[in-house]
Amino acid sequence: MNKQKPWRLLALLLAFVVVAASCGNDDDEASEPAPSPATEAPAAPEPTEAPAPEPVELQEVSLQLQWVPQSQFAGFFAARDLGFYEDVGLDVTIIDGGLDIVPATVLDSGGADFAVSWVPRGLVPREEGLNITNIAQVFQRSGTLQVSFVDAGITGPSDLEGKLVGNWGFGNEFELLAGLVSVGLDPQSDVTLVQQDFNMTALVNGDIDAAQAMIYNEYAQVLETIDPDTGELFQPEDFSVIDWNDVGTAMLQDAIWADADKLETDAEYRDIAVRFVEASLRGWIHCRDNFNECVDIVVGASPPFGGPAHQAWMMNEINALIWPSPGGVGIMDQALYDQTIDVATSQGILQAAPDAGAFRTDIAEEAVANLEAAGHDVYGNDFARRTVEVKEGGN
Amino acid sequence: MPNTDTMAAADDPLVREHRIKQQAAQEQRRDTVVRVVRQTVTFVVFLGLLAGLYTGYKAFGQSIGDAQHDWAVVGSVLPRTDDLNMPPVGEIFGQFGETPGGQDRIYAHILFDEAVFTLREAFAGFLVGLVIGMAIALALAQWRRLEQGLLPYVIASQTIPLIAIAPIIVIWGRKNFDVFPWEWQDWMSVSVIATYLTFFPVAVNGLRGLQSPRPENQELMESYAANWFQTLWRLRLPASLPYLFAALKIAATASIVGAIVGEISAGVEGGLGRRILREAFNYTTGPDRLFASVLGAAVLGIFVFLVVTAVERLVVGHQTQESTT
Repeated sequence: MNKQKPWRLLALLLAFVVVAASCGNDDDEASEPAPSPATEAPAAPEPTEAPAPEPVELQEVSLQLQWVPQSQFAGFFAARDLGFYEDVGLDVTIIDGGLDIVPATVLDSGGADFAVSWVPRGLVPREEGLNITNIAQVFQRSGTLQVSFVDAGITGPSDLEGKLVGNWGFGNEFELLAGLVSVGLDPQSDVTLVQQDFNMTALVNGDIDAAQAMIYNEYAQVLETIDPDTGELFQPEDFSVIDWNDVGTAMLQDAIWADADKLETDAEYRDIAVRFVEASLRGWIHCRDNFNECVDIVVGASPPFGGPAHQAWMMNEINALIWPSPGGVGIMDQALYDQTIDVATSQGILQAAPDAGAFRTDIAEEAVANLEAAGHDVYGNDFARRTVEVKEGGN
Repeated sequence: MPNTDTMAAADDPLVREHRIKQQAAQEQRRDTVVRVVRQTVTFVVFLGLLAGLYTGYKAFGQSIGDAQHDWAVVGSVLPRTDDLNMPPVGEIFGQFGETPGGQDRIYAHILFDEAVFTLREAFAGFLVGLVIGMAIALALAQWRRLEQGLLPYVIASQTIPLIAIAPIIVIWGRKNFDVFPWEWQDWMSVSVIATYLTFFPVAVNGLRGLQSPRPENQELMESYAANWFQTLWRLRLPASLPYLFAALKIAATASIVGAIVGEISAGVEGGLGRRILREAFNYTTGPDRLFASVLGAAVLGIFVFLVVTAVERLVVGHQTQESTT
């Protein structure tokens, strides 16, 4: 009898493997990204449309996002789904971020060709030796807010004194700390800093007096929440908002980063970088001018956190972080860069101001020149925010 | 005892034996049914009790108002009882039947698909972990010197927090694992994380199991002039099975945990890890969905545990019966 037992175990295992393998195949087919309806939508006559010659070999390029797919990255998804990358000879794979994924590290280790990262979150690891550089400053302003209920009377950083102040940590708190210092408060003793989850529950619960929020994400979330006292959605009038852009401690956020050395030594990589930035910025221009289409692309890319209405809100606010771009989309605003460095060094986030290799504008300038030559509006001076309907739960 | 109409044929000892065996098998099946029913009922009753406790505490907290001083524990040490902190049980379970915005399937269906995705990652990791764990157990059982040298490292491997190794594995996977003939996918990194949690209990328990035969059994095999493989196959491996299955129950559930944590760390879309991260992010607007998705993960854990238990019954379950009949 004994003889049979190990055989039985092996046979069972084998059966499992076969079942698992066949399941796997089915699933792979099922999970192939269905062609999003947006892809087929006839794009408005694009100025750069050239009659496609015989298919050219596309160069494979990967982009590491800082977080999961959402409208924050709409321009990249639009460029992928609408064939802007193909138009410049690239086949771009967009890699989701995760809780433990640091885009700068992934980029430096060769896990991706390009990465999207906030400026401080790129500069800090760079100071520690990562060989990366900012090649296109997509967002021209900061989206970070400190939100409180209006009856708490917190209208500026000085009102935070003695309060319970939520923040996410992990480098998301720099603007807040600098804002406190700017009005003479000591972040260590004059306020109580509280680690906050990446949602607004603590504020709604009353566990904290002021919560950190991105204008395009958590701020929308709290507006998508039912006020238990009224049974209706919370209204913007219920909250006061500190915007670090107004306080003057805003730091630059989403930028495209590349491998610094490779740009110097590998002419092909630099050429790819120009084309990648050009097509990505074209995606962002498209999302400014084709709002609904881009929301659909994001929602279709993969089920985002927060539903379609939430993504629409985010698309609107993201556009407002990019446009207008006075120096041209993707071109670094030197004054805001200097402010970012000031905040970072005064907070001890950076030991010293980074050297000149921390960012370069030549690639973005080339890309912008190409886009302008093709008839695109790279400044967006007439951009105006839309009114987006807020729905419960963002659905 | 056989009844009267079977007595006629009972003269034939072969027929009698067959009857007895059949009856035994029948009884065993009935016992199994009774046992499964009893366990299911107990489980459901206990679940009901938990739900009742939850609802009762919530109702009590609501009736006295959490922010009060007579019952300082309610709403401070214990959670607050409003719907944001403790969504009603009905709403949590009701979520399973609802269709989230922008989706074409009910929530239970979505969770099921995501559980299958996570199960695949976990199972791939579990299998590799089983093989590696058994290989380590065999090697350690064979060479005692190796046991002294290697075992501390095997144990040390489990003291490294998962969130520390997860990003390393993901980055390695993308960058360095192109030696494999297939293209490395991020979900495979998640499987590696599951493997990391799986191989340890298998190695440690497998080793104990392989060493479990008594010396006289070992000597018997030697007296038959059985070679190393025969001793392993006929004696040590069968003897290790009860130990091994105890380990596999731990390993199977650990592989699920590893896959979920790995998905969250690595940013892999499609499984329960991403689901839980998503619902945690959306907690403010939909707390019941986070509870529901965590229940989904728990069900998956219970499922793999039951599968291992069933396999154990098939493989070693008869041993006790055979020895008694």
